[in-house]
Amino acid sequence: MLGSVVMRDTMRNSALEVEGLKVHFGGGRSMFGAKPTIHAVDGVSFSVPAGRTFGIVGESGSGKTTTALAIMRLVHITEGRVMLGDTVISDLEKEDLRAARRQFQIVFQDPYSSLDPRKRAGEIVREPLDLMKIGMPEERDAKVSELFAQVGLRPEQRALFPHQFSGGQRQRLGLARALSTEPDLIVCDEPVSALDVAIQAQILNLMARLQRELGLTYLFISHDLGVVQHICDEIAVMYLGQIVEQADRVTLFTNPQHPYTKALLAAVPTVHGNKPDRRNRVRLKGDPPSPVNLPKGCRFASRCPIAEARCHETLPELFERSEGHRVACLLV
Amino acid sequence: MSDPLLSIDNIVVDFKTRAGKARVLDHVSLEAGSGEILGIVGESGCGKSMTALSIMGLVPDPPGKVTSGSIKLDGRELVGLDHDSLRKIRGKDIGMIFQEPMSSLNPVFTVGEQIAESVRLHEGASPKAAMARAVEMLRAVDIPEPELRAKSYPHQLSGGMRQRVMIAIALACRPRVLIADEPTTALDATVQAQIFDLLQDLQRDMGTAIILITHDMGAIAELADRVAVMYAGRVVEKGTVDAVLSAPQHPYTKGLITCVPHLEPDPPEIREELLEIPGVVPALTDLGFGCAFAPRCNARIGQCDTSKPALETSADAHETACWAVSS
Repeated sequence: MLGSVVMRDTMRNSALEVEGLKVHFGGGRSMFGAKPTIHAVDGVSFSVPAGRTFGIVGESGSGKTTTALAIMRLVHITEGRVMLGDTVISDLEKEDLRAARRQFQIVFQDPYSSLDPRKRAGEIVREPLDLMKIGMPEERDAKVSELFAQVGLRPEQRALFPHQFSGGQRQRLGLARALSTEPDLIVCDEPVSALDVAIQAQILNLMARLQRELGLTYLFISHDLGVVQHICDEIAVMYLGQIVEQADRVTLFTNPQHPYTKALLAAVPTVHGNKPDRRNRVRLKGDPPSPVNLPKGCRFASRCPIAEARCHETLPELFERSEGHRVACLLV
Repeated sequence: MSDPLLSIDNIVVDFKTRAGKARVLDHVSLEAGSGEILGIVGESGCGKSMTALSIMGLVPDPPGKVTSGSIKLDGRELVGLDHDSLRKIRGKDIGMIFQEPMSSLNPVFTVGEQIAESVRLHEGASPKAAMARAVEMLRAVDIPEPELRAKSYPHQLSGGMRQRVMIAIALACRPRVLIADEPTTALDATVQAQIFDLLQDLQRDMGTAIILITHDMGAIAELADRVAVMYAGRVVEKGTVDAVLSAPQHPYTKGLITCVPHLEPDPPEIREELLEIPGVVPALTDLGFGCAFAPRCNARIGQCDTSKPALETSADAHETACWAVSS
């Protein structure tokens, strides 16, 4: 039966496994000489159990979005393996890849530019069903109505165009479109950062509810640590294309080890605590170095408040300090 | 008590739109003293940026119009001033930092020239003296190698550096009031923290009054002394940051604080659902007679639909405009 979205068997969901993922841009030669290589993602490994939410945080240029796009097979993977359940996504080509896309979908950051302005909302959500030939054509409209109800939109809104929706409603449309193929994995690239503060809670609660009901696995990309702390089970902190620390949410926030994680947590303005405390926190100076000319040693060393001489010489490995808590720092 | 440096008194701004007249600012009253940071917080469309534009005399006219009210800078009335007088005040007495540092810098001039420009225009300084001031300002905003950086073009700088340049431009003539409209929204967290520290240091050294416009309650808690919460063109709550954050009165303020997942130093194992503010900001063209927040409010009473509540003082200059609170 087609209308089985709500009753999906969570056992069918499979875990995401990423091994040694590298995405490099540029390189090679042009008429002006050698082109620089940008090491956007440089050896990232992690796994996400089915039905869980894995967060990647980092500043712009840390490679978090490129990691998401590589898993979605939307950028070329230079090296490494991405597995979703038994399927090796990174090896698929052409029609096999297109067919497999049913299992992994993405929700984009900007709900304004990620919906076709000339299509009606109903068509936008129906399109994946048509393209993937899901269900009988005459049943698809019923499925669209069901998806609309699931994300909190009214069925009659199917006839509207994207510009007639508010930002939050558009993000609901983006979610409905992603859900239409009944995927196992949804990659969410900053899904709430373009929304007004009061609307963010609506979308985050909706995402949590959908995960409970459908057993979805989320890969959640964000720069907002408050949001990540709320929604993610496991979190990786990225800096210049690499994971520098990874732990479950309670461990990462109560016991951060890497100096970058500490500085990042300290930089977030918060309504808790009092002012004098805030003034005494660690502040990072400057901006991250460019991903073109990477330093030989630890990539964070140039901004690190506790860096020693050896940090500039040796690149630290991501090392498991305690159960499930991985840190890449020579001094920890 | 002496008059505050900047006082906005019952300002009303109307816009003509195709859907009818929209009251964008509805009797907004705010004041900021020397060396004070006043935060204005609210969702998009609540009138935060329009308040800033009306202080600068930059309300687009037409379609907008300052219908009534007064804005005084050190006792001098700004509403109704002619174009030339306003130009002399903008950049000299009142500086402004915009949200997008890339689009508000001129790509074809060096940043040094752009800082020097306002010094030459407002203080009649020689090009050489103006450039020297530009370098001094770049040093004041913690840009490394300021002599070298003054010769850089905006595209050669990172986002954080550009925002520092914007601050340098805004402060070059030592304004008495600095308006910062979402100054860190486009920046990363660690860079945002640097900019916040810089604003606080400059404010302490120069005694500038800062009006910080933001949607982030965290930023308000971090920086501001007093805060005004705006909704649909009206101030719904104002008071000291400590009072408003520790004991918010208005349901909208409470919602703004609780609906955002704030970073907890010690996150609980079990996650509660976030409290939502249902619905969206209403269109300013059909606000009706009642409180504009009533349709989204969980404390709504009969009076809320029939008349707009006025700001009422509860304790320690903590003012709230809500029928459910005052009754």
